[in-house]
Amino acid sequence: MKKLLLGNEAVARGLYEYGCRVVSSYPGTPSTEITEFAATYPEIYAEWAPNEKVAVETALGASFGGARAFSAMKHVGLNVAADPVFTASYTGVNAGLVIAVADDPGMHSSQNEQDSRNHAISSKIPMLEPSDSTECRDFVGIAYDISEKFDTPVFLRLSTRIAHSQSLVETGERREIPLRPVDKNPRKYVMTPANAIPKHITVEKRTEAVREWAESCAVNTVEENGSDIGVIASGTCYQYAKEALGKNASYLKLGMVNPLPVKLIENFCKNRKKVYVVEELDPVIETHCKSLGLDVTGKELFPLCGEITATMVKEKILGQTVDKGVSIPDLPVRPPVMCSGCPHRGMFYVLKKLGVFVNGDIGCYTLGAAAPLNAIDTTVCMGFSVSGLHGFLKANGETKKSVAVIGDSTFVHSGITGLINMAYNRSCGTVIVLDNSITGMTGHQQNPATGITLKGDMTTAVDLEALCKAVGINRVRVVDPQEIDTVENVIREELEADEPSVIIARRPCVMIKKAVINPPYRIDPEKCKKCKMCMKIGCPSLSIDPENGTVMVDSTLCVGCGLCKKLCKFGAISEN
Amino acid sequence: MKTTNIMIVGVGGQGTLLASRLLGHIFPQMGYDVKISEVHGMSQRGGSVVTFVRYGSEVASPIIEKGEADYIIAFEKLEAARWLSYLKKDGKLISSSQQIDPMPVITGSCSYPQALEEKIAQSGVDEICLDVLSLANKAGSSKAVNVVLLGVFAKLTGISPDPFKEAIDVLVKEKFRNLNKVAFDLGYSAVF
Repeated sequence: MKKLLLGNEAVARGLYEYGCRVVSSYPGTPSTEITEFAATYPEIYAEWAPNEKVAVETALGASFGGARAFSAMKHVGLNVAADPVFTASYTGVNAGLVIAVADDPGMHSSQNEQDSRNHAISSKIPMLEPSDSTECRDFVGIAYDISEKFDTPVFLRLSTRIAHSQSLVETGERREIPLRPVDKNPRKYVMTPANAIPKHITVEKRTEAVREWAESCAVNTVEENGSDIGVIASGTCYQYAKEALGKNASYLKLGMVNPLPVKLIENFCKNRKKVYVVEELDPVIETHCKSLGLDVTGKELFPLCGEITATMVKEKILGQTVDKGVSIPDLPVRPPVMCSGCPHRGMFYVLKKLGVFVNGDIGCYTLGAAAPLNAIDTTVCMGFSVSGLHGFLKANGETKKSVAVIGDSTFVHSGITGLINMAYNRSCGTVIVLDNSITGMTGHQQNPATGITLKGDMTTAVDLEALCKAVGINRVRVVDPQEIDTVENVIREELEADEPSVIIARRPCVMIKKAVINPPYRIDPEKCKKCKMCMKIGCPSLSIDPENGTVMVDSTLCVGCGLCKKLCKFGAISEN
Repeated sequence: MKTTNIMIVGVGGQGTLLASRLLGHIFPQMGYDVKISEVHGMSQRGGSVVTFVRYGSEVASPIIEKGEADYIIAFEKLEAARWLSYLKKDGKLISSSQQIDPMPVITGSCSYPQALEEKIAQSGVDEICLDVLSLANKAGSSKAVNVVLLGVFAKLTGISPDPFKEAIDVLVKEKFRNLNKVAFDLGYSAVF
């Protein structure tokens, strides 16, 4: 029977069915569930690596070692992994290597909107792009075939709408692929200039060979509906075009987006009145078509920014206006917020109070940038907070009023190298590690600081205090972020120090098992003076009673963290 | 068969994902092609969340757009209003009367819109609004609003309760199954 599978779950199913043995990834929305589902198969060794570079290197090593291997990441994770990826293109593989990269057009949960197809083009690595869950599963198998046939890593490109949509999949059995023998072959695997120079020529020839294969491969298909309107699309855009145009157009569906075929596209465009390229983000297919001298229409009609929709296709290609329903104007927005009882809240309250310039990082705590805390001044990429703070202070050393805040997982990912730089190059900055014992935003994954593996086994945990000391930080202090008076004093002291320091704010995420959940607190409306001090922390459990203006606690949300009680000068808030 | 579009909207953490999983279990068994699209990540932290469920003989896009939804199942009043423009002219809105203040209201930068139910009614859409939270609490947990709403949905669409009960058996942990079935029945019998 067919099963409804999330795109990410279907990729994991593909890994199982096509004999993958080793998976190493770093979590990142919308790619995370691939590796979580892969870990549920006992036949697959699966792990969380500290970052995407380590993950890809691990997978590449497993490929050299003879096993079909895999790594998954979000689009920005591929930037971190780009170094091994670009040279893995030269070494090629032993057993097949597939790297899934999930783009996020529309930035549902990302800091930029980059198009990973550009990475495929510049690294000269073939890239497949599925358009539903069945293809997510099938394309894993095809990607392994291409990888082993053409001696190359292969990208599997997903987008949020494919990764996080469910559709029906007829699941199959696992094919056991035996380990390949390991060969000592320095000309292939040792990329010194002498070996890499001929390898580059091999890579260019390989791209042409894969392009030739792409002319007639099963993943690039023409759906001829006898229409003189043609649409060239891949991935989720193909589904939008089908939804909008049905049989009113003929389609060239490109399952392989790098390298792109030539003759197949030329033949498809021949004798059509009009050919449209429907693609999100950059005009990759369109530019290729235009380089062939073909008259296609793409970004004149469709945006470079954000997602494309079926409605947009209808309006732009058919010129139809679509009834867009009735709307009620001027509704308040509902942005995401830190959870009730989130251990980050107290820290951001203190940082705002101190008025320091806060270099932020990537994680749940990025929500500290939102009102009413408004406590974060920069967010760029994983690890920026630490290195950015260092640069900020070198520019502006007189005023020491700047700190970095970074989560435990992000600190291990790429904060530690920045901290080494601070110690080595004599910074005087203060780094605050928000250690909530989990990778929170992506849905609670283990990491090297938690002491538990992806498969749920106990393991050694990074000792953050010892690590910071070992790189040369003498001032390392641990605080409970809930104790806001202590936190404030400690930050003040460390800002005064003339050497670098680390403050580890340690309290588990309220969403995990380790968390302390207390009965909800209560507000005595008689004692509440409506001063709204407690509202400054932006707790979703607190609201103003519209009847009399006093503060109320939502007892279904409150986890009894007690932070609001600490702010109430009138003793109106108490444990139940 | 034409594709039917169902949207499930609410606030991150309200249990909208279980509702879509239950529907995702039922429709394939009835022989339909199904696509479900949900957004994970940041918005699940108390933000406005939406899940699209589409079923029919062959479904292409996983996304529902403005003016296309046959049903909107809203877990919260403001979210019902926010996504209202996605409803078809002859679509049906099933809404909980629950109010959850978003952060701009909590911080006092704006107030929760008054008389939302009236505004929705004035817009001319076919709406049913119920005190779903009370029914869920009656079943034993405020977290059961999702299944109460599915009970209402089943009654209005004429889908038998049996596949829903079976889906609860498959997808819900044993110790919560009975509570969820009670919640479903309370929703099912709350409308005629």
